[in-house]
Amino acid sequence: MTTFRLPPSVPGARILGLGSSQPEHVVTNDDLAQRVETNDQWIRDRVGIVERRVAQDDVSLVDMAVEAGSRALKDSGLATADIDTVIVATCTMTAPIPNAAAQTADRIGISAPAAFDLNAACAGFCYGLGAAADLVRSGSARNVLVIGAEKLSDWVDWDDRSTCIIFADAAGAAVVTGARSEDEIGVGPVSWGSAGDMANVIRILEESTNKLHQEGQTVFRWATTRIAPVALDAIAKAGLTPADVDVLVPHQANLRIVEAVAKKLRKEGAREDMRVADDIVHSGNTSSASIPMALDHMRAAGRIRSGEIALLVGFGAGLSYAGQVVRVP
Amino acid sequence: MADTAEILSGLAEIVEEVAGIDTAEVTAEKSFVDDLDIDSLSMVEIAVQAEDKFGVKIPDDQLAELKTVGDAVSYIEKNQ
Repeated sequence: MTTFRLPPSVPGARILGLGSSQPEHVVTNDDLAQRVETNDQWIRDRVGIVERRVAQDDVSLVDMAVEAGSRALKDSGLATADIDTVIVATCTMTAPIPNAAAQTADRIGISAPAAFDLNAACAGFCYGLGAAADLVRSGSARNVLVIGAEKLSDWVDWDDRSTCIIFADAAGAAVVTGARSEDEIGVGPVSWGSAGDMANVIRILEESTNKLHQEGQTVFRWATTRIAPVALDAIAKAGLTPADVDVLVPHQANLRIVEAVAKKLRKEGAREDMRVADDIVHSGNTSSASIPMALDHMRAAGRIRSGEIALLVGFGAGLSYAGQVVRVP
Repeated sequence: MADTAEILSGLAEIVEEVAGIDTAEVTAEKSFVDDLDIDSLSMVEIAVQAEDKFGVKIPDDQLAELKTVGDAVSYIEKNQ
C-alpha cells in the first residue's frame, strides 16, 4: 500500500506581526449632519462614533491592503520571500474578479504565494486567522499574511442615515507563523459558525443600486445575545478561563455592542481591569479590518503589551461569527 | 406566573440596570421614549432581559408597539 508522508506538523501557530492602514480623509459627525438628518450627539449615543476615515477615489481597497500587509510584514521581521500564503478577508470588492489577495501579494513583493479572498464579512479576519493558524499547524503553509481590507464607502448609501454614520474604510493585517514549542503557541482554536436563516438582515439591496442595508435593531439584539457565548467558547477551546483575558477586541460594530459583550463576559468571570477595544470611536465600523486594526492601534498606544492575552471575536453579515484567543506579538 | 405588581417591579429593575433610571421613576403611565428618554437600542436590551426574566417572547415588531411601561407590563402579563 502507498502511504502518504505528510510534512512534519508544528505544535501550533502564533502571530508574529501586526499592521494597519487608514485613508487620510476624516469624516466627522458634523460633516454627516450636513447631508442627512442626524447630529453629533445622536451618533455618539447610538453607535459611539466621533469620526471615521473614508477613502477617496484615489485610494482603493487593495491600496489599503498593501499598506497594512507591508506594515505587518515589517513588524514581523520576516522577508517577503518567507510568506507563502496570503489571505484577504473582504466583502467589499466592487468586482469579484480578480480577487484582492493575488494582486495585494504581488504589490507587496511576495512571489507566487497561495492567495485567496475570504468573505465572512465582519467575522472575516477571525475566519482568516483561524484558517491561517491551521494551515501553518498542518504544514500546508509556513508563514501566512492575513489581511482584513474593506472599502465600505463604495457600498454605503450616503443618504441612509441609519448606515452612513456607521461604516468606514481601512485594512488591518497579521503575520501568522508556526510555534516551535507549546509555550510559544499564540493562536487558540477558532470558535465559529453562521446563522444563514438571518441572511437578509445585513445585505446589499440589488434593487436600490447596490447599497448596503442593515436591520439595526435585529442585528443589535443578535450581537448582544449571541456573541458573548462564542467568545466564551473560544476561551474554553484554548484551555483558558475568562479571567485570563487581558484585552477584549470584539469587531468594532457599535460601541454599545462592544460594551454589552464586555459586560456579559465580566459576569462570566472576566476581570474588571480587562481592557476593551474602543477603536470604533475614531475609526468607525470597518468590517473585517476592525479587529487587527484595533489590536495594532492599542499596541501602538501602549494600551496592550507584547505577550498579553487578547480575545478576538468577529460577527456580522451572513450572519457569520468567529472568535479565538491570541497572544499579542 | 408573575402578577401585575411583580411584573412592574421586575421591569423597573431591568430598566434601572440597562438605562440607569431609578426604579421609582418607572411607573405604568410613563412613555419609554418621551418620559424616560430610553432609545431603541436600550429597549432591545430591556426586551432581552424581560424575555429571560418572565419567559416571554418580545419580537422587534411587538417591541415597537410597547410605548409605555404599562403597555410592556400588560404585554408580558398576557404572554407569559
